[in-house]
Amino acid sequence: MKENIVIIGGGAAGLEAAYQLLTLGYTPIIIEKSGHLGGHLYDWNRLFPDMTPAKQVAKAMMERVKDANIFLNTEIISIDKKDDAYAIVLNNGISISCTAVLVTTGFQLFDAHKKEEYGYGIYDHVITNKDLEGWFNGNKDRRVDDKDGLKAVGFVHCVGSRDIKAGNSQCSKVCCITAIKQAIEMKEKYPDAEVYCFYMDLRMFGKKYEDFYINGQKDHGIHFIRGRVSEVSENIDGKVIVKAEDTLNGKPIKVTLDLLVLMAGIVCNSDTAKLASALKLPTDTDGFLKSKDNVLNIIESPKEGIFYAGACTGPKTVPETVAEARAAALAIHNHINSHKSWTSDSE
Amino acid sequence: MDFGFGIAPSSSINLDKVDLSLYRKVKEVEPDIERCMACGSCSATCPAAKFSGMSVRKVILGLQRGQQKEVRKMLSNCMLCGKCNMVCPRGINTRHLILSVCRYFDMKEEQK
Ligand SMILES: Cc1cc2nc3c(=O)[nH]c(=O)nc-3n(C[C@H](O)[C@H](O)[C@H](O)COP(=O)(O)OP(=O)(O)OC[C@H]3O[C@@H](n4cnc5c(N)ncnc54)[C@H](O)[C@@H]3O)c2cc1C
Ligand code: SF4
Ligand code: SF4
Ligand code: SF4
Repeated sequence: MKENIVIIGGGAAGLEAAYQLLTLGYTPIIIEKSGHLGGHLYDWNRLFPDMTPAKQVAKAMMERVKDANIFLNTEIISIDKKDDAYAIVLNNGISISCTAVLVTTGFQLFDAHKKEEYGYGIYDHVITNKDLEGWFNGNKDRRVDDKDGLKAVGFVHCVGSRDIKAGNSQCSKVCCITAIKQAIEMKEKYPDAEVYCFYMDLRMFGKKYEDFYINGQKDHGIHFIRGRVSEVSENIDGKVIVKAEDTLNGKPIKVTLDLLVLMAGIVCNSDTAKLASALKLPTDTDGFLKSKDNVLNIIESPKEGIFYAGACTGPKTVPETVAEARAAALAIHNHINSHKSWTSDSE
Repeated sequence: MDFGFGIAPSSSINLDKVDLSLYRKVKEVEPDIERCMACGSCSATCPAAKFSGMSVRKVILGLQRGQQKEVRKMLSNCMLCGKCNMVCPRGINTRHLILSVCRYFDMKEEQK
């Protein structure tokens, strides 16, 4: 089939949609701004809920799209609607005319520097969830000082989420489960360490997530403290001191740690925002791309021929992303078919 | 000099120094204690709670934060009726747990 379909973003959403479109007989074009496919899967180590290696998932997804046209290190310079098609110009000089555009530009992590009171980039032993995944992947990180093992590790939930002052009032959805997953992984590495999770609510919404919570309590003795960390400081030995309120107890609480991990939230990718303004696509009140309908039609944009899948419309897990990508592929297929019958009728 | 008021002892909890030996001992015989999710069902149903402040939730939290004195005081008000046991969604045998903790405090029926 000669219809061009452009997929912007080669993460889990883009890869799954490309695979489904290939199966339907199209040859989609994937435009990826970075040097690799897989999006954030590339940054993670093991995935909840079954601790599947992220690399394995990414590899399986990439292998299925070999026949697609893939442009890495490529960005869109301009995109314009011309009659029933979109004319796209890439930064490598190539221009494409396409019938459908699928936006799968994903999310970006909240910049933890902005929560200055937590000391990211200021104190020696404060890292983010992403940094910790990198460390699990074997990246060297001098902030994780495990020469003599780690004795006390803390996790701060809701960093840059549920925080109007930080510009994001929404819940990022995946960080509660990620925090407990990472806390358990730390306990597996350092069974003698005291591990603390500072949370406001534990939002364990997904398949088997509550088991992580119960296992974290029962098998790993993780300490759950209900209270938002108010302040972090550093003592003379470079250890991190965390203060919060133990709200279930109504008392201030304090602890000294070897490592503090900030669960940075999920916010709209700034590149997505640029794309949205080029295409005059509206953003929703949560800052993510606005769908045609948030109940029945999350995968269509309000503009004909432009579709969405994955975290560009809000925080999502990989299985949710993949399900949306499949739905979007089908919606694109239907769009192209209805378009064809419309043009043949008018002939 | 008496100003008519004193400095209140610090009510904050320092987890670096907290004494968790009792909690660890209780854990050995009552491993389910770790499953508590602080839902408060036990306290809401407790007939002693209204009059005495007894709360299994607070007993467990108190053990986790090294607040032995408060825990002991609360326990002395429990009537061992077992209502809390029936409502705990995490399946903790709270009545049994109370008895185990009392044993560590060396509390006898008549002392209670
Ligand atoms: C710390 C953390 C841990 C997580 N762990 C898990 C887990 O264990 N299990 C799970 O199910 N989910 C997990 N998630 C969620 C998971 O990361 C997302 O569901 C998934 O990444 C969403 O895929 P996506 O393709 O929509 O977006 P992304 O992964 O963000 O991919 C988007 C892609 O688009 C590219 N792109 C962006 N803008 C442009 C542009 N303008 N032009 C071209 N390309 C562009 C990006 O470079 C990227 O490759 C985790 C999330 C976080 C924050
Ligand atoms: S998922 Fe949990 S940590 Fe993340 S924003 Fe929501 S409540 Fe906070
Ligand atoms: S057993 Fe004790 S704590 Fe439980 S409901 Fe009865 S009086 Fe309350
Ligand atoms: S009912 Fe069970 S889980 Fe809920 S607070 Fe009481 S002991 Fe904990």
